[in-house]
Amino acid sequence: MTRAALLVLADGRFPAGGHAHSGGAEAAVRAGRITDAASLESFCRGRLHTSGVVAACVAAAAALGVDPGQLDRAADARTPSPALRVAARRLGRQLMRAARATWPSPELDALASRFPKGAHQPVVLGLAARAAGLGPLDAAYCSLYEGVSGPATAVVRLLGLDPFDATGVLARLSDDMDRVAQEAVETGERVVTDGVDVLPARSAPLLEIGAEAHAAWAVRLFAS
Amino acid sequence: MHLDHHLESSAAVSADARRPDGTRRALRIGLGGPVGSGKTATVAALCRALREELSLAVVTNDIYTREDAEFLLREAVLPPERISAVETGACPHTAIRDDISANLEAVEDLEDEVGPLDLVLVESGGDNLTATFSRGLVDAQVFVIDVAGGDDIPRKGGPGVATADLLIVNKTDLAPYVGSDLARMAADAKAARGELPVILQSLRSEDGVREVADWVRERIAAWTA
Ligand SMILES: Nc1nc2c(ncn2[C@@H]2O[C@H](COP(=O)(O)OP(=O)(O)O)[C@@H](O)[C@H]2O)c(=O)[nH]1
Ligand SMILES: [Mg+2]
Repeated sequence: MTRAALLVLADGRFPAGGHAHSGGAEAAVRAGRITDAASLESFCRGRLHTSGVVAACVAAAAALGVDPGQLDRAADARTPSPALRVAARRLGRQLMRAARATWPSPELDALASRFPKGAHQPVVLGLAARAAGLGPLDAAYCSLYEGVSGPATAVVRLLGLDPFDATGVLARLSDDMDRVAQEAVETGERVVTDGVDVLPARSAPLLEIGAEAHAAWAVRLFAS
Repeated sequence: MHLDHHLESSAAVSADARRPDGTRRALRIGLGGPVGSGKTATVAALCRALREELSLAVVTNDIYTREDAEFLLREAVLPPERISAVETGACPHTAIRDDISANLEAVEDLEDEVGPLDLVLVESGGDNLTATFSRGLVDAQVFVIDVAGGDDIPRKGGPGVATADLLIVNKTDLAPYVGSDLARMAADAKAARGELPVILQSLRSEDGVREVADWVRERIAAWTA
């Protein structure tokens, strides 16, 4: 495991398309559910323990070498909103391009020819971690961190929230992220032996509903 | 829904001149510059001027709507399947410079779906004077400013004005009304750019885009040579 490679993959500047997505924050801001740092923190915590857990488990399992096709279908089944499925595959495709250019690997090439229009982002993330010489825990951390740093950055832009407050929110979520990342690795290991059905299916209905509404807006800052 | 269908090969990684099947990809030209300077109008005029002789497509980067794409559709400068809009997450310069993945995808999808193409025009969402395109996304870039934005912009320079492959000073028809000194703008631009070309144009005049269209033709000739 190389710690430096983890920093490269986890860096918000890694050019994989994330900057255009708010992780549901734009819809939540419009609905009045995020208005300040405290409500941003609740939003992120909720995300972390629902769709965040699922994504982290998928990423960890992919990093352990579980078949990406099975993981992609499992992720589909756990993402009721079609708009979110489209966003997840678009981000997966963008990450695939960046990862192939950064850590060329036959596994990523195979993924790209199997899913030319993209697999769910956490699946690609797990394989990108493998290609970078990282392990399932790293993949889980990247997934979780991205899942909360995306909304935090978006809310800085959407509400003019003080960027120091937004970063404080992320710091306060660290313990939760540590715990969930461990769980994700344990689940990933169980997927290796017992198959994808042991993946959790937690979801946040408001994120799903919000994503559908957001996709139909004529004027929006973020793609999702 | 599952997408396990296999393709012969997978997308190129970035600026490769050849597509995965070995054919030469389309030339990509980026148009950047401040909001309202005339990028979309120039794209529309170029499409009208070149669509008979070249296979064309356009990618727009709107900041928070699909206005530019919709304008081009309304004006029917190209069939709708040749116009694609990218969403930029409140950061138009990021999408053309720091993280070009969404734009690359749009370009490649257009080539797959309506290709073969000779030329793809990529319009930036409009930004400040420092916003330039990545060489991983476009082969050449045009920076569009206008006379109404102040005749000191060429003097102020900045990466767009100083380094773009072509600088367009647009809306020369407005110069008398806004008190802009065209001769001074041209001289300042020359000083900032050395040998790089500058074209002053008004799209309000008959065939106003002709010089820029000729510049694009030269680029295409060099690309396919
Ligand atoms: N007078 C004049 N108006 C122009 C010219 N070119 C564009 N415009 C107008 O300027 C406005 C902004 O142009 P647009 O192409 O949308 O700018 P963009 O934001 O750079 O894409 C529109 O109302 C155009 O019709 C020109 O050469 N002369
Ligand atoms: Mg425009």
